[in-house]
Amino acid sequence: MYLTADEEAMAAGSDGPAVKWAMDYQLAVGGFFGARRLVRVRSAHAHCDGEALGEPGVRFLEQLADQGARARIPLTLDPRSTDFSCALDIGQSQSIVDTERRILAAMARMGALTTNTCINYQTVDVPHGGEHLAWGDTGTVIYANAVAGARSNFEGGPAALAAALTGRVPAYGFHLDECRRGTVLVELADQPRNSTDWGAVGCLVGRRFPGYWEVPAIDGAERSPSPDEVKQLGAALASYGSHAMFHLVGVTPEARTRADAFGDNEPRERMVIDRAALDGAYRGFAPERESPDIVVFGTPQLSVFELAELAALFEGREVSCPVYATTSAAVLRSAEEYGYAETLRAAGVRLLSGVCYYLMTARELGRSNGFRTLVTNSAKLANIIEGYGYNPVFRSTEMCVDAAVTGRIAG
Amino acid sequence: MTQLIGAVGFGDVVEAPALVSTDAFSARYDLDHDTGVISRESHDLCGQSIAGRILVVPTAKGGTATGWRLLDLQSRGLAPAGLVLRTTNPVLVQGAVFAGIPIMHELEPDPVTSIETGQLLRLVPREGRVETLGQG
Repeated sequence: MYLTADEEAMAAGSDGPAVKWAMDYQLAVGGFFGARRLVRVRSAHAHCDGEALGEPGVRFLEQLADQGARARIPLTLDPRSTDFSCALDIGQSQSIVDTERRILAAMARMGALTTNTCINYQTVDVPHGGEHLAWGDTGTVIYANAVAGARSNFEGGPAALAAALTGRVPAYGFHLDECRRGTVLVELADQPRNSTDWGAVGCLVGRRFPGYWEVPAIDGAERSPSPDEVKQLGAALASYGSHAMFHLVGVTPEARTRADAFGDNEPRERMVIDRAALDGAYRGFAPERESPDIVVFGTPQLSVFELAELAALFEGREVSCPVYATTSAAVLRSAEEYGYAETLRAAGVRLLSGVCYYLMTARELGRSNGFRTLVTNSAKLANIIEGYGYNPVFRSTEMCVDAAVTGRIAG
Repeated sequence: MTQLIGAVGFGDVVEAPALVSTDAFSARYDLDHDTGVISRESHDLCGQSIAGRILVVPTAKGGTATGWRLLDLQSRGLAPAGLVLRTTNPVLVQGAVFAGIPIMHELEPDPVTSIETGQLLRLVPREGRVETLGQG
């Protein structure tokens, strides 16, 4: 791999052991993928929840901080495993609280903004076209690549942190033009009606064409979806398909036309999505019982607009089972200012900030609260949570609210 | 002995029995992290431990958690001895490099169809070679 004189020096230890570790690590990963050089990145976004790190990961962060490691570009953080304000009340352990505090302290010492959000692209760090990023959390990456036209691979926690320490990443994958063109064509024969329908599109396409290097180009949208609808589409594609990039013809910046989306590629396969297929995506998540154990909104974290929609649906009603809505600290403060939080709390909805449900030691939460049948408007959460021993049920936002209020799952 | 040849991988030479799946893999989506046993009910390896095996799967799935989790699994003796994929995503490589676990991909013939669970494998990542050594 070609390295500049500065990069050679970092690899030789000129900037200390933490930067040397980061450079060695990046050269090993970049070498695996045949990267020929490093590319400077504007910001890094690290996923570092306590459940994923475990004790060895936390010790690793503390050791780096002790060595004087310091982010040389803006470094933001993905959600935590716990909301400190209610962790023990909802059945989480003191140990995960302690772990999260150690992670935040170590990250703050290294200069991170402890944002704990997976919607950085809607809030603190809006990406723009052509810039290179080192982001983790797959939903953030696919949004940056597809919707903003920025350039990032999936950078897992250690990789995003390494990028923050060197200010660079290996140039392979979605940093390169040739990986960004469409590979498969998806035609919408019927129009998605709302954000869960867009999540269902992501579910169907991701299942049909799984693989990081696939780039679905979706054609036929008669209106430009809202940012929250695109967010659900991207999060579902990334979750079901491990995709990092998509095109929405006529909407996303690298796909003004179908020809634009594919460049020199011919679509290798074609898929048509109609109403029956969308309905089937929901029906594929069958409830084992008619009543939900828990209803969860979020994944990715809710935007102010999504909280406004929920507040309108819950206004004057009351939940009949535990109902969680997850968002970021900054969005929660906005929702409090605009009155949405008060409406939701009055209905009995628990607003959690800095977290996403699947990161929240979900196996323990399930055991301690008897949660098994989980109803959600997030296609992504419905996918992940099965591995934690849940019976996931993906439904429209309105049906999730009805299930939360009536205690019965329709459809 | 048959050989699979392909891209140069990461890590040292390792020998261990294969655990083959036709499903993709993620340490968050599919695994009970406390036990190292596949816990996703719809996964074709549900109920099987990945500890000490060479996991052979078509591709990596889902999110970024695997980037951290392989090291934690390894510290508790629950990590796979090696990883062989038809095609991987970056996160599994980032996790394997972080934990020092050998990983390889893009081999001929296709590892998922040519390797059987229980076969003893030798990975030689730096030479881009996987050898099957018979039943483990």
